Amino acid sequence: MKVTLTVNGSDRSGDVEPRVLLVDFLRTNLRLTGTHVGCDTSSCGACTVLIEGEPVKSCTVLAVQATGRSITTVEGLAQGANLSPIQIGFHEEHGLQCGFCTPGMMLVGTSLLERNPNPTEDEIRWAISGNICRCTGYMNIVKAIKHAAMLREAATATTREKAGAAPGGQ
Amino acid sequence: MFPAAFDYRAPTSLDETLSVLKQHGEAAKVMAGGQSLIPLLKLRFSRPELVVDIARLPGLNTIRRDDGHLAIGALVRHVDIAGSKELAKTAPMMVEAANWIADPLVRNRGTLVGSVCHADPAGDWGSVMLALSAEIVARSAASERVLHSSDFFKGPFETALKAEEVATEVRIPVRKGPSGGAYLKLERRVGDFATVAVAVQVELDGDKVASCGIGLTAVGPHNIKATEAERSLDGKEPTDQVIAEAARLAAEAAEPKDDLRGSAAYKKDVVRVFVQRGLKTAIARAKEVKA
Amino acid sequence: MATEVHMHGRIGESIKRKEDGRFIRGKGNYLDDIELPGMLHMAILRSPHAHARISSVDTAAASGMPGVIAVVTGELMAQHKLAWMPTLSYDTQAVLATDKVRFQGQEVAAVIAESKYQAEDARDAIMVDYDVLPAVISPQQAKEAGAALIRDDKENQKDNHIYHWEAGDQETTKAAFAKADKVVRLHTFYPRCHPAPLETCGCIADVNGATGKATIYMTSQAPHAIRTVFALVTGLPEQNIRVISPDIGGGFGNKVPVYPGYVVATAASLLIGRPVKWVEDRTENLISTGFARDFHMTGDLAVDKDGKMLALRVHLDSDNGAFFADAQPTKFKAGLFHIVTGSYDIPTAHVTADGYYTNKAPGGVAYRCSFRVTEASYLIERLVTNAAIELGMDQAEFRMKNFIQPEQFPYHSATGWVYDSGDYPKAMNVALEQLGYDELRKDVKARRKKGEVTGIGIASFTEVVGAGHGAEFDILGLRMFDSAELRVHPTGKAILRMGTKSQGQGHETTFAQIVTEELGIPAADVAVEEGDTDTAPYGLGTYASRSTPVAGAATAMVARKLRDKGRKIAAHLLEAAEEDLEWESGRFYVKGSPDKAKTIQEIAFAAYTNIPDGMEAGLEGVHYYDPPNMTYPFGTYAVVIDIDKGTGQVKVRRVVAVDDCGVRINPMIVEGQIHGGLAEGYGIAFMELITFDPEGNCIGSNFIDYLLPTAWETPRFELGETVTPSPHHPLGAKGVGESPTVGSPAAYVNAVMDALAPYGVTNIDMPVTSDKVWAALRAAGVNE
Ligand SMILES: Cc1cc2nc3c(=O)[nH]c(=O)nc-3n(C[C@H](O)[C@H](O)[C@H](O)COP(=O)(O)OP(=O)(O)OC[C@H]3O[C@@H](n4cnc5c(N)ncnc54)[C@H](O)[C@@H]3O)c2cc1C
Ligand code: FES
Ligand code: FES
Repeated sequence: MKVTLTVNGSDRSGDVEPRVLLVDFLRTNLRLTGTHVGCDTSSCGACTVLIEGEPVKSCTVLAVQATGRSITTVEGLAQGANLSPIQIGFHEEHGLQCGFCTPGMMLVGTSLLERNPNPTEDEIRWAISGNICRCTGYMNIVKAIKHAAMLREAATATTREKAGAAPGGQ
Repeated sequence: MFPAAFDYRAPTSLDETLSVLKQHGEAAKVMAGGQSLIPLLKLRFSRPELVVDIARLPGLNTIRRDDGHLAIGALVRHVDIAGSKELAKTAPMMVEAANWIADPLVRNRGTLVGSVCHADPAGDWGSVMLALSAEIVARSAASERVLHSSDFFKGPFETALKAEEVATEVRIPVRKGPSGGAYLKLERRVGDFATVAVAVQVELDGDKVASCGIGLTAVGPHNIKATEAERSLDGKEPTDQVIAEAARLAAEAAEPKDDLRGSAAYKKDVVRVFVQRGLKTAIARAKEVKA
Repeated sequence: MATEVHMHGRIGESIKRKEDGRFIRGKGNYLDDIELPGMLHMAILRSPHAHARISSVDTAAASGMPGVIAVVTGELMAQHKLAWMPTLSYDTQAVLATDKVRFQGQEVAAVIAESKYQAEDARDAIMVDYDVLPAVISPQQAKEAGAALIRDDKENQKDNHIYHWEAGDQETTKAAFAKADKVVRLHTFYPRCHPAPLETCGCIADVNGATGKATIYMTSQAPHAIRTVFALVTGLPEQNIRVISPDIGGGFGNKVPVYPGYVVATAASLLIGRPVKWVEDRTENLISTGFARDFHMTGDLAVDKDGKMLALRVHLDSDNGAFFADAQPTKFKAGLFHIVTGSYDIPTAHVTADGYYTNKAPGGVAYRCSFRVTEASYLIERLVTNAAIELGMDQAEFRMKNFIQPEQFPYHSATGWVYDSGDYPKAMNVALEQLGYDELRKDVKARRKKGEVTGIGIASFTEVVGAGHGAEFDILGLRMFDSAELRVHPTGKAILRMGTKSQGQGHETTFAQIVTEELGIPAADVAVEEGDTDTAPYGLGTYASRSTPVAGAATAMVARKLRDKGRKIAAHLLEAAEEDLEWESGRFYVKGSPDKAKTIQEIAFAAYTNIPDGMEAGLEGVHYYDPPNMTYPFGTYAVVIDIDKGTGQVKVRRVVAVDDCGVRINPMIVEGQIHGGLAEGYGIAFMELITFDPEGNCIGSNFIDYLLPTAWETPRFELGETVTPSPHHPLGAKGVGESPTVGSPAAYVNAVMDALAPYGVTNIDMPVTSDKVWAALRAAGVNE
């Protein structure tokens, strides 16, 4: 069955059986191996991707269900060589150890900050409660997402400033 | 773990869906959010020949206020309910319950109606429907039926729906008097299915209870409506004693089993504790509405 | 980034991790990410029964299914003499069952197919007939007269007993108990749990028919040892085996053993001539691979009327599963459990242990623990809290009174350990202060008056990590040393290779920092590589918190070797005498004239371009470090909890963890390790459980029932530290990865027991679930 979808901004397609899980389509057909598999009962979130900006478990979505949808995977977070705030946050705050949960955590964090640019610790912990990390004890993941919020805030402040300072700006 | 092979259809109209279902009968399986069905397919507990994905049907993802009730469409997801302003006003207990369901990722795909149709005895929405006296609208190529929630749940993963039917919406009656609800859930860890959960909805008439709904999760072959406990409150002033008696009756209505989550005695007692707490919270909330 | 210019990354600097870049871009290279041309996929059929005789295996239908290349059975493996393999504890383990299955989830057959979906389709089509036998699921059942004999494959095995083992002194202990004013007993079961790293285990075996070379990619914490074991099992010459551990998604001990799947995949690749990938799913991971704990322990502590500990007596029954496959040093059948006297100056002790076969998965591993130290620490810390409560003494005070004192180090323990260094009272004081213990005690009193159920738990653990010394510690005869090879290139950049293997611990950063400290080459200029047995020096691997104590020491030593050579080169370049040169980070200078200096980079260049006559060119070296002793990290953890009387739910309000792991190389990484371990300790204390029904069905073999803590309930940890360097480690470091899992379970449970002490409750076994607490409360008449 033909699957056509947008992944990280590019149109992609493939021919798969209807039973093929989205995570397998991404990993095997598109060779985007940053999306991981950590369980077989939809319990761990290692496979998290964004569909239309919302985090979901790609092991619990059929590839065919994603037809026509826009998917973001960890590989789509950086803009070329520029890391996104969430990636910088995870590096700066030591938000990862083995790195296996990290793509999922970063995608959930990204989506959270889109909706809620300045989340509290509780809001962060709640947002990532569907993603298991076995290494970090979550402390630094929370800090990493806060760090990203700060970077985004700083970036918008700069943009605002620039817009204000620009001659003829509104 | 991967599903066994199946065919897949994603119709774009309800009529097409219903005729496909009519044609394939038991061999077909409806899929909404897939958050219960896909795990079952992966375990190969479910091996349908055909999966009919209803996610592309138009008009089913709305929460509508109709004459005397709220209509929640088959594609309304847990996350939509958690964020609904309309429900926060008219049925806040649903918002509370939505946040107890699964985890944020599952809530982004799973639907209320799908959950009700799945009829997992440990599913949360069944109890909420029972406590709110909700109705389920079932469509087939031949007919439309409206089923009361108390007639809907037949056994573990068994409902009154027929294979060729699609549940298109649930209807939640809108209360006239001041009302309040509460959803209490005991889970081993966030995101877990309930060890025990209790849905309580109370409508007041002055200082007295006008009506009350109590639904119990994970303490029987399906979600249970604690009818005797509900009736014990009718027309009464909810004193501590009256509440304690209702809680006792609710615990009696529970038929839990010993398992990894705890003994039957434990679960029964938690029903008691939760109904007691839930009634108090619901009544306080109803009074707030009144005030 | 500007900040990194002066951040050379010496010891004590929390530089950011060098390895992060690939992971945050989704470009890690985990096992399942590797795709080889022509690669096939393997699925394993497992036993649905705990104990059954196999009467027939019918693979005809499966063999004919689409995409299927081969179906491998025990019989086929037997033809190649590979149906059984040796374990790390000198026992044998079935690779694919031939005669009987001995635990639910045991490997019975395997399908090799073009795709993983096809492999699973065909697996479902294999027909096996079983005659079910009674299952033995505990040591208690195993020793009953008439219990089913599990290991009827072993000629001299007449019952289910595996080993008896003792440490300490029975006579003096007996005498001390005779004189005791009080004896406090605790019987407790440390249940079976599982390391459950987020990435499961797997391998890709690629046996090249033309060259005979077997390249095996494997999620292994100990690739070199695996290579040797493989050579011994398969008979392949060791130079023809290359084991590559790619990036590993967590290990915690789960990835130390050799699993049957690895052997089957390798055999299959050899027979078929194509690469074969096997990645277990989560259920397979939990049901069949290295579990942890499963110790039934009884401890007796003798005390005098002043609260001084006189003697300790411990017996344990160990549930080892169907094959004795524990990953642990040869000599010690119950691991390092005899560290059980812990942080206390207990004059005499006697420890006995018996191991039993049961119809459960084999392969006891140290789940973030140095070979059974966790169980020991749990027992003594629980026992000490119970004793304090029974004596009517404060938990902290009772510990203080009995701690080994700083001046007693090196301390010879009653069971034969020589503790290297420690200051237990100090760690305790820091913890109590940080917690505000005295205030909290008052608060607890006040809350209890109001009817609240609340408590404080303390655990003051002592770890023992960093195995060897090699004469004492070996695995299958391989001495537990470790290694480092350092090559400094002409431009002053370096590559460091070690016999260990990071699974998230940040080796690429920490070990580079050791080179920075010793040679002055910025950490950014030191590439660290591990995990490829064709390139890295031989080592025993990463587990038991041994990387920093052993490979870290090897790194320091090899760097020092190069520095010694560098001194000769610098003397030659500066035309000075070697003795006249002083070293300061990164350069040699002539005493009294600091301007006359040569940097390590200049020296490195000279090592390839301008060396004194008679000197070998280059600046490279290798060091094999065999530690003179173990290291003994320690600390005090304190936990505050509240209990919901209605439901029995325990909520952790605070966790203060004061760790002393000697010198901290990268404090950020150390703290990350502690956070992770405290979370795992929390999981073990409250939710992680692999259990079995009476038929031996494994309950808890998926993440629905094997619960791992999420961010929501995981407590927010407050860390503290003291620093007592190890006197024998070249850097004074002790290792830390496991302290928090060793120390914290007892702290959590002690807090619950403190809360329930007023109701006369003395023990609840882990996991402390709400139903157990509820039962204890209701039994004591507490209700809502
Ligand atoms: C990790 C995890 C945790 C979870 N935790 C909880 C929890 O705590 N509480 C809880 O209540 N649930 C929980 N769930 C289940 C979740 O709520 C599901 O979303 C829900 O049960 C099913 O909704 P769905 O839309 O995904 O239905 P699907 O999976 O698509 O369908 C479920 C069943 O209902 C049928 N069905 C669906 N829609 C219709 C329809 N309109 N008409 C007729 N039949 C239909 C399907 O044929 C199928 O048999 C959890 C799920 C997961 C994966
Ligand atoms: S892989 Fe675990 S939830 Fe998807
Ligand atoms: S960093 Fe290893 S699982 Fe999160």
